[in-house]
Amino acid sequence: MKIGVLTKQVPSADSPLKLDGGGKWIGEENVTFAINESDAYALEEALRIKEETGDGEVVVASLGPQRVQRGIREGLSKGADRGIHIEESLPYTSDPFLTATLFANTLRNESFDLILSGLQSDDLGLGQVGVLLGEMLSMSTATLVMETGISDSTIRVKRELEGGWFQWTTLKLPASISIQSGINTPRYPSLKGIMGAKKKEIRSIARNEVDDGGATLQTLRKVYIPQKVKRTEMIEGEADQVVAKLIDIFKRDIKVL
Amino acid sequence: MDILVVLEHKNGTMHRASMEAIAAGQSLARDLGQTVSVLAMGEDTSQMAQEASAKDVMEVLTAEHPLLKDYSADGYAKVLTQVIEAESPKYVIMGHTYMVRDFLPKVSAALRKPLLGDNIAYRIEDGSIIFTKQVFAGKLSADVVPNGDPPYLVTFQSAAFQEDAAAEGNGAAVRPVEVNLESGHISTTSEEPFQETTTTVDLASADVIVSVGRGIGKEENLSMIKALAEALGGQIASSRPVVDAGWLPPYHQVGSSGQTVAPTLYLALGISGAIQHVVGMKGSKNVVVINKDSDAPLFEIADFGVVGDILEIIPKLTEAVKAA
Ligand SMILES: Cc1cc2nc3c(=O)[nH]c(=O)nc-3n(C[C@H](O)[C@H](O)[C@H](O)COP(=O)(O)OP(=O)(O)OC[C@H]3O[C@@H](n4cnc5c(N)ncnc54)[C@H](O)[C@@H]3O)c2cc1C
Repeated sequence: MKIGVLTKQVPSADSPLKLDGGGKWIGEENVTFAINESDAYALEEALRIKEETGDGEVVVASLGPQRVQRGIREGLSKGADRGIHIEESLPYTSDPFLTATLFANTLRNESFDLILSGLQSDDLGLGQVGVLLGEMLSMSTATLVMETGISDSTIRVKRELEGGWFQWTTLKLPASISIQSGINTPRYPSLKGIMGAKKKEIRSIARNEVDDGGATLQTLRKVYIPQKVKRTEMIEGEADQVVAKLIDIFKRDIKVL
Repeated sequence: MDILVVLEHKNGTMHRASMEAIAAGQSLARDLGQTVSVLAMGEDTSQMAQEASAKDVMEVLTAEHPLLKDYSADGYAKVLTQVIEAESPKYVIMGHTYMVRDFLPKVSAALRKPLLGDNIAYRIEDGSIIFTKQVFAGKLSADVVPNGDPPYLVTFQSAAFQEDAAAEGNGAAVRPVEVNLESGHISTTSEEPFQETTTTVDLASADVIVSVGRGIGKEENLSMIKALAEALGGQIASSRPVVDAGWLPPYHQVGSSGQTVAPTLYLALGISGAIQHVVGMKGSKNVVVINKDSDAPLFEIADFGVVGDILEIIPKLTEAVKAA
């Protein structure tokens, strides 16, 4: 089984988010980066499928500036076999169709049996790339996947529906599957894995080599701090004062005590 | 055709997001001086079509086919692509549901037209349209514009438009459209939907809910949540990452993939306020939020808020509740 995994590097959850000067994106100073949460689950699922089927290859692919190689390296240290880096100077690509096109043109010749990606990114949250890529490479697709069972020519996936419902769907391979957070418990890299990762290949491809010059379908004009509309009564003070005020609110305003 | 709102159903009954999408379509139609049509897809769309034709829309199209009986991404994408090609709408509008996430990007790929997803608003500026969506889990907003010629595929986040804002009309005409679908178009087979283990925890009828998020830090700290819930006589709920980590069983999860709750008190501890969580608890009568980040989006729907460390506040609060 030859498996591709798309991983995106995003600001880690507790990074300070400051707008950059141009108002088009966030400033990256003081930001630490991490692999997008659902992508980390996708990588783990790929490694497990490889271990279960006993052969094959897991290839981690990432689009972004030079820094994303750290994310790829992390994937290699967890057990992926090699990496592909599409070098893009911009810190973000806001058109999912363009992102999928770049991946499609890069990965087409790999002829993956399976491509796994996270369901959506924690920064832009567009949630389209896995399906778009699947279409561009004529693969079957499924999203919101919470369990997988692989066979020679098909994959059976448990898809999350709304409100706590699920459904099993069987897809023909090759397939592009978008993984939902919580599907498994991602491993930590071992020391041996970290050492071994240094010798694994990361192939870099300039974005221009795989951009077919097609039009950008959507453009992000600016990012900004949302306007607050609700008036929340903020309770201030030291912990003891806050607790006393909360008790008062529980009794008088909300009447649960 | 100007604006086409595409409906979603479960066993023939319309999804509430579809009524919100009709309201969105009507709003856009007013602002752009355009008309709204509606499309119902399925094996038998009569119930949905009837419901939609009571709304102030120009026309209700129905695309019926036995292969649309059960949802498949391939089948839905194929049929919607055909309808768009035949009818040439400028905007195609849907709610941002799980089903739409699953199949609408296929339509975008087939038509090479943009899918502007999960918007919370739109506005018209100098004659062109700008959509607004949340980014960075709701901490920032972004303005996004479509490029090139229509159609544009657009989805709106839950509650971006109100269901009851969908204006009534006087009986729109229903028009069946042609559907070309073969079993060979559908590369997947699906089994019956099911729910995971049913639960003894009835969050839906709870009066007090103590809800815990990733901010609790580690599993061991959950004991303080349990102590507080017990002192308050409430139930424990959580955000998704707490369940994903295996710290609580899935039936505690509140949100779009979990339960919908409406207690008298929803005490949210270390939860940031992503939309997928908020849709499950925004009907709560009183929301009290404790979070160390004053910019956490959940403060936006809180009645009372505390910027502080839950690990410090919870044990003190528990003692004070016991003493009260
Ligand atoms: C399709 C889909 C479905 C989803 N379904 C659901 C769902 O049903 N339910 C759900 O909840 N989520 C769901 N999610 C996930 C959702 O998008 C968020 O990722 C999730 O709700 C975040 O949970 P959280 O707020 O606990 O964690 P985070 O977003 O990581 O927030 C943790 C918060 O804790 C605060 N904090 C940290 N330490 C402390 C401290 N010591 N004291 C006080 N505050 C602290 C931080 O400031 C932060 O605001 C879904 C996502 C998708 C894409």
